[in-house]
Amino acid sequence: MSTDTAEPGLRRPSSAPDSLKRNSRRFGDSLFKAVATGSGTGILLILAAVATFLVALSVPAFTSPAAELPYGAFWSWVFPYAAGTIWAAGLAMLFAVPVAIGVALFISHYAPRRLAQGLGYLIDLLAAVPSVVFGLWGINVLAPMVQPLYGWLNSTFGTWPVLSWFFGGQVSGTGRTILTVALVLAVMVLPIITAVSREVFLQTPRLHEEASLALGATRWEMIRQAVLPFGTPGIVSACMLGLGRALGETMAVAMVLSPGNGFHFQLLTSSNPNSIAANIALQFPEAYGLGRNQLIASGLVLFVITLVVNMGARAIIARRAEFSGAN
Amino acid sequence: MNGTIPATPKARNILTSAQLPRFTTTALLVVSFAVSFGILAIFGNAGPIAGIALGAAIYFVANYALSASVEGVRKAKDRFARNVVTGFFLLALFPLISVIWGTISKGFHRLDGEFFSFSMRNVVGEGGGAVHAIWGTLIITGMATLISVPIGILTAIFLVEYGGNGILAVLARTIRFFVDVMTGIPSIVAGLFAYTVFSILMGPGTNNGFSGAAALSVLMIPTVVRSTEEMLRLVPNELREASYALGVPKFRTIGRIVLPTSIAGIVTGVVLGIARVIGETAPLLVTAGITASMNLNPFSEPMATLPVFVYYEYTTPGADPTPYIDRAWTGALTLIIIVMGLNLIGRLIAWKFAPKAGR
Repeated sequence: MSTDTAEPGLRRPSSAPDSLKRNSRRFGDSLFKAVATGSGTGILLILAAVATFLVALSVPAFTSPAAELPYGAFWSWVFPYAAGTIWAAGLAMLFAVPVAIGVALFISHYAPRRLAQGLGYLIDLLAAVPSVVFGLWGINVLAPMVQPLYGWLNSTFGTWPVLSWFFGGQVSGTGRTILTVALVLAVMVLPIITAVSREVFLQTPRLHEEASLALGATRWEMIRQAVLPFGTPGIVSACMLGLGRALGETMAVAMVLSPGNGFHFQLLTSSNPNSIAANIALQFPEAYGLGRNQLIASGLVLFVITLVVNMGARAIIARRAEFSGAN
Repeated sequence: MNGTIPATPKARNILTSAQLPRFTTTALLVVSFAVSFGILAIFGNAGPIAGIALGAAIYFVANYALSASVEGVRKAKDRFARNVVTGFFLLALFPLISVIWGTISKGFHRLDGEFFSFSMRNVVGEGGGAVHAIWGTLIITGMATLISVPIGILTAIFLVEYGGNGILAVLARTIRFFVDVMTGIPSIVAGLFAYTVFSILMGPGTNNGFSGAAALSVLMIPTVVRSTEEMLRLVPNELREASYALGVPKFRTIGRIVLPTSIAGIVTGVVLGIARVIGETAPLLVTAGITASMNLNPFSEPMATLPVFVYYEYTTPGADPTPYIDRAWTGALTLIIIVMGLNLIGRLIAWKFAPKAGR
């Protein structure tokens, strides 16, 4: 370390407590402590700067009259995007959560012990694929693959009373719908949820599992009695972390979705509600003046949404840590 | 075997009930998929994915019914759960294989010398390469690493070694909380942050490589802090106490004992952090921008990066889109190779030098 330079010469201790006291106040020590504390505080400053700068450049979008804003009045403009963000992320969670928990259980309790870690890495590799690659894959591979299914869903359920809200409308010919986006997002958040819940499942007290098995439970019953109750808070927080990622994902949505205006629940049409992040990525390079302020303000809205979700997840994790007994 | 179907399967003791032979699973799988593809062939619609889905459904139901009738409902549920969990795992492998196969098959034929030695300057249509974007990615990610790693490691040292008592404990709790908050910042918001900072400091509309590095640092610092903190906590307290007992001051104990003990884990965390940000597109889209020429100066003019290159090649093709889309796929393949290589290196370091934990 660079702080090694401030080393004092050997010192003869006059009295033990005194010398210990003086040693702990050596220049190198206090310098190192100051640098470490300073960089910790620096992180707080960076975060404060993030908040301040975003707010500062957002203010014009809130205060300017609607007629001057290039995209119209702020709140009515941003609402469909916020709703689209939550709708796409919610659908993605619907697909991802059961599969992710299943995969985590498979790796922690079903796979052969020797293979388990390797299989875990394999799923982790999904997290390593950059989002722009998922975008390309979504357009060129996934969308054509699922488009026939969409046609079938539309022709089968498109006229049913309640299901027509979701499957009705003119079916998209390219498959670049919000349902495809939700599938891509599900693939992207799957490794996050899997990784966290896998760790939680592995922490289940061994004695609980063995007690359950010793009472004659099958493996599935053991999982329901010992593993899942222990892991529930962990699963919830894993899901919220995944949700945070899905809400903020930009490129996959921007590339795959064919966006339309406004918000609706129909899943299969070619005019879909867009998400905040994707809208920023699509509009920002061409925007200017107040338009940029308005886009930054919508980024602030997204920041607040993900902040609420993440803080919820952290609160659940913190509560769990209190009674888990592990240090 | 199916001869004795009891009237009330729930009442049976699973320890004494009959068991299905071991080959049941394999046999049922073969039969289910044969039936599935047979049915689809009759209806003239034998797509492989529909066949696999139907076959899996038939297998789940058949396995449950057979087991429930022979072994009892509890065993049947156990089998069903095992099948579902295994099925979900195989389902999760599908996108991984599909992404990798799709990228290799579509991107491989442009993975040539020209791609790695030419920029897009004065290129319309065929030819051209991404060398400017590769350099941009290396420069911006390198700068982000240079910013994030010292801050991240020093913060982790503060949290573990100095955040123990008094006012510093309060500070440490606050920092830990806000590092968690930072982990959740959407990447586009980080990009907007860097854009706003630089447009306030250097005039509106500033696009340069350094602002991209600043955006990536915001994303990278929390991952470095978290992983380093975990690793420092794994260092046994006995080592620190032995060092203090020999009269070694605290900063030398950290430098000579704690950091060398945990260096493998820290390096792994850093490598995985780099792998995370090197594929980021959205923040670079709004900060570093795009250019067709080589630009090695991160402090002025836009700088192309590999993910942004892929995005623009795909979304803004020329009159004949094929060469543009080919370049996009080759860029994606290069990106995947870099990211997966970094991940492998990180895992290898972790695996080779892993401290012997209790589990």
